[in-house]
Parts: sequence; structure tokens; C-alpha cells
Amino acid sequence: MSLFSEGEPIRDTRAPDGSIKGRWDQRRFGGKLVNPANRRKLSVIVVGTGLAGGAAAATLGELGYHVKSFCYQDSPRRAHSIAAQGGINAAKNYRNDGDSIQRLFYDTVKGGDYRSRESNVYRLAQVSVEIIDQCVAQGVPFAREYGGLLDTRSFGGVQVSRTFYARGQTGQQLLLGAYQALERQVAAGTVEMFTRHEMLELIIVDGVARGIIARDMVTGEIETHTADAVVLASGGYGNVFFLSTNAKGCNVTATWRAHRKGALFANPCYTQIHPTCIPQSGEHQSKLTLMSESLRNDGRVWVPVEKGDTRKPADIPEDERDYYLERIYPSFGNLVPRDIASRAAKNVCDEGRGVGPGGLGVYLDFQDAIARLGRDAVAGKYGNLFEMYERITGDDPFEVPMRIYPAVHYTMGGLWVDYDLQSTIPGLFVIGEANFSDHGANRLGASALMQGLADGYFVLPNTISDYLAKGPYEKIDDDHEAVVEARASVTDRIEKLLSIDGDRTPDSFHRELGAVMWEYCGMERTEEGLRKAIDRIRELRAEFWSSVKVPGENEELNQNLEKAGRIADFLELAELMCIDALHREESCGGHFRAESQTPDGEALRDDENFAYAAAWEYTGEAPVLHKENLEYEYVKMTQRSYK
Amino acid sequence: MSWTYQKIGHMFRNVSSVSRSTPVAAPRRPQAPSTAALPRRLYRSSVGKKAVMAVTGGILVLFLVGHMLGNLKVFLGRADFDHYAHWLRTIGEPALPHRVFLTIMEAVLTVAVILHMWSAVSLARRARQARPVRYAVRPKAQEHRYATHVMRYGGIIILLFVIWHLLDLTFGVVNPKSGGAEPYDKVVADFDPSRWYITVFYVIAVVMVGLHLKHGLWSAFQTLGWGRQRRYRGLHLFADVVAALLVIGFVAVPVMVTIGVVK
Amino acid sequence: MKLTLKIWRQRNAADKGRMASYELDDVSPDMSFLEMLDVLNERLIIEGDDPVAFDHDCREGICGMCSLVIDGTAHGPQRATTTCQLHMRHFKDGDVITIEPWRASAFPVIKDLVVDRSAFDRIIQAGGYVSAPTGSAPEAASIPIPQADAHDAFDAATCIGCGACVAACPNASAMLFTAAKITHLGLMPQGQPERYGRVTAMVDQMDAEGFGGCTNTGECTSVCPKGIPLETISRLNADLLKATAKG
Ligand SMILES: Cc1cc2nc3c(=O)[nH]c(=O)nc-3n(C[C@H](O)[C@H](O)[C@H](O)COP(=O)(O)OP(=O)(O)OC[C@H]3O[C@@H](n4cnc5c(N)ncnc54)[C@H](O)[C@@H]3O)c2cc1C
Ligand code: HEM
Ligand code: HEM
Ligand code: SF4
Ligand code: F3S
Ligand code: FES
Repeated sequence: MSLFSEGEPIRDTRAPDGSIKGRWDQRRFGGKLVNPANRRKLSVIVVGTGLAGGAAAATLGELGYHVKSFCYQDSPRRAHSIAAQGGINAAKNYRNDGDSIQRLFYDTVKGGDYRSRESNVYRLAQVSVEIIDQCVAQGVPFAREYGGLLDTRSFGGVQVSRTFYARGQTGQQLLLGAYQALERQVAAGTVEMFTRHEMLELIIVDGVARGIIARDMVTGEIETHTADAVVLASGGYGNVFFLSTNAKGCNVTATWRAHRKGALFANPCYTQIHPTCIPQSGEHQSKLTLMSESLRNDGRVWVPVEKGDTRKPADIPEDERDYYLERIYPSFGNLVPRDIASRAAKNVCDEGRGVGPGGLGVYLDFQDAIARLGRDAVAGKYGNLFEMYERITGDDPFEVPMRIYPAVHYTMGGLWVDYDLQSTIPGLFVIGEANFSDHGANRLGASALMQGLADGYFVLPNTISDYLAKGPYEKIDDDHEAVVEARASVTDRIEKLLSIDGDRTPDSFHRELGAVMWEYCGMERTEEGLRKAIDRIRELRAEFWSSVKVPGENEELNQNLEKAGRIADFLELAELMCIDALHREESCGGHFRAESQTPDGEALRDDENFAYAAAWEYTGEAPVLHKENLEYEYVKMTQRSYK
Repeated sequence: MSWTYQKIGHMFRNVSSVSRSTPVAAPRRPQAPSTAALPRRLYRSSVGKKAVMAVTGGILVLFLVGHMLGNLKVFLGRADFDHYAHWLRTIGEPALPHRVFLTIMEAVLTVAVILHMWSAVSLARRARQARPVRYAVRPKAQEHRYATHVMRYGGIIILLFVIWHLLDLTFGVVNPKSGGAEPYDKVVADFDPSRWYITVFYVIAVVMVGLHLKHGLWSAFQTLGWGRQRRYRGLHLFADVVAALLVIGFVAVPVMVTIGVVK
Repeated sequence: MKLTLKIWRQRNAADKGRMASYELDDVSPDMSFLEMLDVLNERLIIEGDDPVAFDHDCREGICGMCSLVIDGTAHGPQRATTTCQLHMRHFKDGDVITIEPWRASAFPVIKDLVVDRSAFDRIIQAGGYVSAPTGSAPEAASIPIPQADAHDAFDAATCIGCGACVAACPNASAMLFTAAKITHLGLMPQGQPERYGRVTAMVDQMDAEGFGGCTNTGECTSVCPKGIPLETISRLNADLLKATAKG
């Protein structure tokens, strides 16, 4: 039986035609508005309180809609956006270094390896400018220069300094800004906050999204929440790999449930692997920690020339070290983009030249920098990162080279949305990392924060009004069949999970799934490996449903029940990721197919056959592929080269 | 009150309703300036109570400094000391009637002590309610054990001491001499070598006062809003020096009497 | 290494709760403290026992979700480190480790080591923001801020809302948390218009939630994983007194 079939192509029908510069204005003008007096009669559910969801809920509340906001943590402030370190891009051109909206647009399209939609990316670049204004007005303490003006730095291999930052805690500061705006609306009564609530199902009435089923994670109560529109801002699904830089609770449940109810899932195989993470230290490892990419500005990456060299790094003489990035990419050296640096590290480790436990690591050495700049200067630049490294590994990077290894970091795929950020289910909007838009096959550093806030503060609040203007919709009663059905599916699933009473912990399945995904659907993918993975995932899913052991009951705080539900969804998503990776017989961005490479081992894109976004439809059996053709009017497709 | 509404709403939310298609509006928080009178505004918050404690504590410190200096006159001899005690009662004369200044001072001190204690007690009670279940393990080296013990339990010891002290040297109830005797005589009789235990008691009490002020003085600056990272060293030093000088100054009198330097 | 864990077990808010003791072999010094608890929990599940509930999410010291009092110290023995970043190499073979939840009546226990910290959100709701509606923001560069102020504001803004300050304070006071936000916004020009209303409302809310008052003990700063400085409390005091004087 074939793994998938192909259906009708799809198209984004919302982006206006005409010059790309005017499209966003035109769309805002074309959309219907909601009379302020009517807004309070309209309600919107926002799932997620990260940069995207937090900003959206606050803004919608401010506009006067009734908003219900959900997150699984105990406070909206803890969404995983809090962990972003590096910064946020904006085409402010404060440095007069040649930046412009046009250049940010171009860099993003190119960085995404020509697999994103031009109109969306252009809008993102336009809105980026307003984001900084908004955040400063909220009191976000961005880094400043001596004269009191905002500081910027260059990030992720672009040639302009357009990245605004707040020490190494940019995500935290931006999120707290959105969180405070959100709490202000909670106090004002426009936003109703539901913390420790997990969305477990989408309610669809007559083909339109009308609400969600959520579980109160403290009492186990299964609650029905209805509204005129539903917004998902539930973040990325990198945790399908078990080990990733995502928070432990990050999950795909919200979007996967929507997918099962008809929303198309686009480009699931596009995952970003970050090259500078602290390697795994043993079997017990529960998550990976990112070290800022900026370390590569002064650190040199190397491994021993000989396989299986177990000497201490200091005992390995200079001529027995292989500075492989400098060797292979002489012009970019240690600063090649994330995907390239990651794959190169994997290659040397596969050759048996990796260092540290399990041979899964490469050195990031600061000896030269210390000799050149002095210890103090190095400490000034990277001191806090060195401390963080030492806290986790017990090694002092001033004495022993750091060990780093790539780790899953971000997922470019997500629910398919149009220019209005509306999914294929009317009334269901998807924003932030949860949707597939804007970044194509690879996301540039400091662009996810930009996208989250653009969606939340500026794009969604405008586009959703066009939809809400048709409301208020008919009230849904609790005994409506769609509600009854959705509730039943949730309670049945929970009962099933609790009743299996097998002999394996939920985590043991998650770890095993992660290992399979990392091996076969990680940095390098082959047809053979992906087919193997699909078989193994199916077996694992069957095993899960027959031998998982979920302790306790529903009517209490039950962290293993939460986990098991999320793993069950990951077990389904994983298969779709592999199918997507299998069907895309080209290498692009975060997706590297071993079969599609240049003679010297670089990624080889196939624009002829694959210049489309792959949107998958759920059928319960083989998924159906709908292609959205990507047309480039403003940027010319070229092959990336960093040699 | 708005917060109770919200809190209760929060607590019962889970139990009661399941389906809420109409959102429950949270109450808007009043932000208008308060029209309550200053003392009430001050006393309504934990920070205000603490400020009351700092100001009254400051008044008590000023009194103690003066009191210590006065006590030291013992070393200048009987006449000077008694004259000082007499002078206390005649300040401002003839503009002010006899003993008015002293009475005012006593009144201020009494009010200060009452407010000080009242704040201390109300904050201590609030603290007890804020942590109904204690920790099973308490680590050895902890800043807070010193500070809370010295301030709260130390404060009670100081209070008991002051009561004794008034009965002793002001009213002469527990003094070998009568209430009407000259101060110098009372002091000398009080700390007679045969009554060494009284001296020990005074020394302990004065050390308690010193410890109270070691924390209390810098704490008062912090409470009144002058604490900054760069000033902390200076403020701690100031508090330590003042506390030490007061202890030395106070202890000197009873000890010198007991060892017979002052007769 | 081999450890004995004494862990607070409490089924729910209504349960009285008790200490339970567990033996754990094979603890690797490279494990984080939470990974050590993961290992315990997996064993408990297989043995048919109830695993220990504890809060955590990012496991990299920034979300503020993790919250354990380890041997009497909030976030454990290592300074400036959250529980999730604490590693087992700081313990010895044969150690007995006592693990308790944050203890404060404003943070009621939900289960085992998990407490309800929503009081913090309500303190922020009372005024911990700048009223800056989306869309009306002035050009960012039009608000210059001296680097030193930006720096101090930032130091205060790094609070992760974990609640360790409350857990460690002998009065269970939420002063450091509240003061961090007051200081952050009070040092920036954007925060000025609402400055005095903010401090009064936030302190009122803090008191109403049932936290204790601050008596300048300083335990909070010493356990704070982000090193929020004590001077933030003094800055709050100054603002509150000014606000009180103004009425
Ligand atoms: C370590 C790290 C560093 C990064 N650094 C950068 C950087 O420097 N620059 C940059 O631009 N990007 C960076 N990124 C990427 C960026 O942080 C994220 O892509 C972005 O913050 C995602 O925001 P979001 O709002 O979409 O989702 P999130 O912030 O992940 O929020 C998800 C929300 O959804 C809620 N939720 C999820 N599922 C459910 C459910 N089923 N029910 C109810 N609620 C649910 C969660 O509670 C949470 O509130 C980094 C990412 C990581 C992991
Ligand atoms: C009558 C008995 C007394 C009691 C019960 C008492 C109690 C207290 C307590 C509990 C505190 C709180 C300190 C803290 O924890 O920070 C305090 C503070 C203080 N006390 Fe006393 N005290 C007493 C007498 C005195 C006296 C006699 C003086 C002065 C000589 C004094 C001066 C101070 C000062 C300056 C402070 C600091 C206020 C602050 O922290 O802002 N106290 N006292
Ligand atoms: C240890 C040495 C001390 C000595 C020798 C001493 C001596 C005296 C004497 C002689 C008097 C009576 C004065 C008079 O009636 O004119 C007096 C009054 C008083 N003392 Fe002390 N004292 C000492 C310490 C203290 C301390 C530590 C405190 C406070 C904490 C204190 C508080 C008072 C008060 C409140 C009065 C009453 C003042 C008044 O009525 O106006 N004394 N003391
Ligand atoms: S002040 Fe420190 S200890 Fe308190 S909540 Fe903030 S980060 Fe945690
Ligand atoms: S420990 Fe408590 S008493 Fe104040 S200084 Fe910190 S809040
Ligand atoms: S789990 Fe996020 S700070 Fe510890």
C-alpha cells in the first residue's frame, strides 16, 4: 500500500495581488471591520501564551473582544518563548548599514532556501519595524548604547546589524512585555485566563471551528469552551525527538487534534537543528541546552584527526587536530549557517572522530581567542555562557575546550495557513511557531521572535476581524452533538490511557520514539532509513496502546497522564514527518536527503519538482498531499553556497 | 474587595462550572488615588507599617544616644550627674513650666514604643499566618535566623528590661534607694558589687539592644528607601559602629560601679 | 552513588501530607536534580506507586517553573542556580536529601511538591505593566534611556517569577518579586506616568494575597536564582512612601 496519495493543489486566496509592497495595506483595507460596540459580543479562544498567543490575546482584549486564553503552565509567563536567547530582527536600519525592509525580506526568503511564501515574508519584514516600537513602549529593556539609543548586533551570518537584543534573554524580556500586557487585560476583564489547562480537542460545528475541549490539569475536569473563533498559538513540536532544546511540556497536541479534524499540516519534516548545544551526558538525559550561536564568532571547532582518539584535548598536538569547518568552508569557516555546521558535526562523529561520552560531540575551543584577546576580554564576551556550561557539565571552558553537538531546536512545519493566518478550517487561526508560514525550509536566527510578535500584535488582530465581522455566531449548547462528540473522544482517550495498565512508562516510549526520529529523520535522511522509521513508529504506536502504564487517575494532577496524551500524538505526527521527508526527494534548508547532494556533499535543491509547500490532509489512513506552488516574483532562486 | 472576588472565583472555578460560553468578567481594579488620611494610608500596607517601625525606632535610637551621653556624666562625679538629671526637668524654663519638656519626651517615647511594638507584633503575626506549615529541615548557616530572633525575641527581652529598668531607676520600686533619692545614689546602690547579678542583667540587656540596632539601624535606612547596593557597606558599617558605641557607653556605667571605679 | 530521599507527599490541597523516604541507587553525578527525580518516578510507576509530582518546564533556568526546597534551601545548595540546573555532582554518595515544596499560605500545595503561584500573576495584574496599547507606540528611538538606568532596570527585569524568594523568606514575603517589577518599570521613562499608582496597587495586592511583610532579612536575594538585588526592595519602599505621602 502506498504511504500517501496526492489530492488537489491548494492556493492562498487571501493575499491581494499587485505590488508586494502594498499587499498588507490592501488586505487591511479590504477586510471588514467590527464595530467597537459589537466587539464585546464576540469571543475568541487563544490557545497558548507565548509571544504569538500572549500578544494576540492582549491585543484582542484591548480591542474589546472577549478573549479566553489558555496555557498548560501555571502562568502565562512561562511559555517557551521565554527561553529564546539571541535576539529579534527588525529592519530599522538604525546603523545606516544598508538594511531595509526589502533586504530583510530577501534575506529571509533566501535563508529559508526558497520554500516560503513571498507575500507573507514581505509583510513580516514590514511589520518588524512596528514590533520594536511596541516593545519599547511597553518597557522592554533592550540593550542600549552609551548615548541611550538602542543597540543592535549582527546575527546568524547576515551582513547587517539588525538584531535587537536584551543580553542573552531577549525572549524572556519580550515575553514578559506581552505577559504584562495580557495581565493588564485580565485585570480589565477582557481576557479570561485559564492556566494549567490543556487543550485536548477542537470543536467543529458545521465545518467551522467553534471551541475547544480542555482539561483542567489540577482537577481533571473536562471543560467545554466555545467562542466565535479559535486561535492556536501552541508553539513547535520539536519534542517529537524527545531530546531537544524545547521545554519538557512543548507538544503537538493542539495542532495535531486540529489536523485530525481537518486542518492541513504543512511541511512537517522541516526541522531546524542547532549546532551549538551541550551534548548528551548519559542515558538519563531529559533535554538539551542551547548555547548561544555567538560562541562561534571566537571559538574554533575541531575533532582529532584519528578515529577513537581518547587523549585529553590538551594532549592532542596541533597537527593532529582537524579544524574541519575551516578546512571545508574556507571563506565562512566556523560561521557557516546552522544547518551546514550541524551536518558537518554529524559527519565527523559518524566517522568515529567525535569526542566525549558516546563519541557524540566536537570541541569548540577558545584557546586561540584567549591567547589573542586575553582571558578578560573573552570572559567579558562569553562569561555567562561559560558559567552556564560549567554549571551543566562541570568543566571550565577556560581550561578545557567546550564540547558541543547539534540538537533539535525549531520546527518550521505546522498547520497550513493562508495570508490571513487562517487554517483550512474556517474560524481556526494559527499563529507563531505552530503554523508553517514565513520561514520556508530553514529559519534564520532571531526571526522566530519577530514572527511570533508580528502575528500576535499586528497581523492576526487585523485579519481576524474580517472573519468575526460575520458573527456573532449561533450559541452552542453543551448538548450539541459536536460538543458531545468532542467531549466523548477526549474522555474515551483518557479512559483508554488509564486502563491499559501495561508495563512500560510513558517516557520510555518517548525516548525510543526520539531515538528513531533522530536516527532516521534527523540531520540526514535517506529513503531506506525513513522507511525503516515508519515501520518502527507503527510498531511502537501499537506497543504504546497495548503496554503503556499510566499511573493514577484523571481527577487529580496527573503529570504522566498529560505526558502519555502528548506522546500518543507525537507517535502519529512522527509518521507524517517521515512520510513528508520521504516524499521530498530533494535537500533544502533543514531537510537533507542523502540522495540529493552535490558531488562535494552539499545540499542539492530541486526547484523543478519541489518548489511547493506540502500540505497534508488527515484521513486516518494514508494521508493526502496537497501542494501549494510557490511562485517567486521578487526574489530569484539560486543555490546557496558557503564555500 | 476586588481581589477576594477574584480569588474565590479562582478557587471555585474548577469545582463548579464546566461549560462557560459566556466569559466571566474579572472586576476592574481601582487605581484612583486613595483619599484616606495619611496615617491610614500608611498603616494599611505592610510596607507602611515597616516605615512606622523605622521612624519610631529612629526616635528611640536618638533617645538612647542622648541617654547614654547623659549616663556617662556619672564619670564626671555626683554633682554633674545629678545636675544633669535636674537639668532634664528644667529644660526650657522659664518659658516652659517645670518638667514639661521631660514629659513631652516621655510621651513621645511612650507613643513611639507603642507604635513600634504594634507594628512589630502585627508584622510578626502576619508572618506567622503567611507560613502555617514549617520546613522540616532548616539549614545551619542562615542570615534570617539571626535577624528574626534578635529582632523579635530580642525585642521582647528589651521590653522586659525597660519595664524593670523604670521600676528600678525611675520609680525606685526595685531599687535599694527610694524613688525620691538622687539619681547618683540610685545608680551606685543599684550596681553595688553585692548586686553583681543586676549588673549582669543590664549588660545582657544592653547587648540585646546592640544586636537589635545592628540589624535595626541599617534596616531602617532600607525601609525608608535609602538602601542602594553601593551604600550597603557604608550603612552596615554605620549601624555596627553606632550599635557598638551604644553598648560600650551603656555598659561602662554599671560595670564601673560594680568594680568600684564609681562610688 | 546511592541516596536516600525524603520527599513531601501530599495527595491534594485537602490532604494533610507527610514525608516519605525513598532509596535510590545508581545516581550519576552528571544527572540534573530533576533527572534524578525522573529516574525515581519511572521506578515508582513500574512498581505501581504514585510518582512524585513536581513542577518544571524549560529545564534551563529561565521559565521559573521548577520549585523545590532542597535540604531547607530554596533551589538547593548552589547559589544563583535553579533546581533544574542543579546537578548531582554537588551531592555525595550516601547523602540523605530532604525535598519539600515552597511553603507559604499564599502558595497552597496542589500536589506533592507542586504549589499554586497564581498570586504572582494577580500582583502583576494589579499594576505590573505599562499601559501601552498595541498600535499607538511612538518610534522606538524617540525614547533614549541612559545606559546605566537601562542596565539597572534590566537587572531587575530578569526575575523569572519562581517564588524562591517567598519560600526562603522567614516571613514568606513576596517583596523581592514585587520590588523587581517596580524597579524595572520605575527606572524607565515609559514607567513613569503610572509609577505611584502601580506601587500602591501592587503592594496592596501582595498584602491581600496573604504574603508576609518584609523585615529586611535578605534571605530572598541569597536564594534568588537571578540574583535580584536587595536594593530593589528599598526602591519599592521609597516609591511606596512617596505615593503614600502624595495620597
Ligand atoms: C532555546 C531556544 C532559543 C531560541 N532563541 C531564539 C532567538 O534567539 N531568536 C528567535 O527569533 N527565536 C528563537 N527561538 C525560537 C522561538 O523562541 C520560538 O519559536 C517562539 O518563541 C515560539 O513562540 P510561540 O508563541 O509560537 O510558542 P511558545 O512560546 O512555545 O508558546 C506555546 C504556548 O502554547 C501553550 N500550549 C501548548 N500546547 C498547549 C495545549 N495543548 N493546551 C494549552 N496550551 C498549550 C503553552 O502553554 C505556551 O503558552 C529559540 C527557541 C529555543 C527553544
Ligand atoms: C520594646 C521592645 C521592642 C521590640 C519588641 C522591638 C521589635 C522590633 C522588631 C520586631 C523590629 C523589626 C526589625 C526587622 O525585623 O527588621 C524592630 C526594628 C527596629 N527597632 Fe525595635 N523593638 C523594640 C525596641 C526598640 C528600641 C528600644 C529601639 C531603639 C533604641 C528599637 C529600634 C529599632 C529600629 C531602629 C528598628 C529598625 C526598623 C526597620 O527595620 O525599618 N527597637 N524592632
Ligand atoms: C545600662 C546602663 C543604663 C543606666 C545606668 C541607665 C540609667 C538610667 C537612669 C539613672 C534613669 C533615671 C533618669 C531620671 O529619672 O532622671 C534612666 C531612665 C530611663 N532609661 Fe536608662 N539606663 C541605662 C540603660 C538604658 C537602656 C538600654 C534603655 C533602653 C532600652 C534605657 C531606657 C530608659 C528609659 C526609657 C528611662 C526613663 C526616662 C524618662 O523617664 O524620662 N536605659 N536610666
Ligand atoms: S525575585 Fe528571584 S527568587 Fe523571587 S521570583 Fe524573582 S527570580 Fe525567583
Ligand atoms: S527574605 Fe524576606 S524579610 Fe524581606 S529582605 Fe527578603 S523579603
Ligand atoms: S524548569 Fe524552567 S527554570 Fe527550572
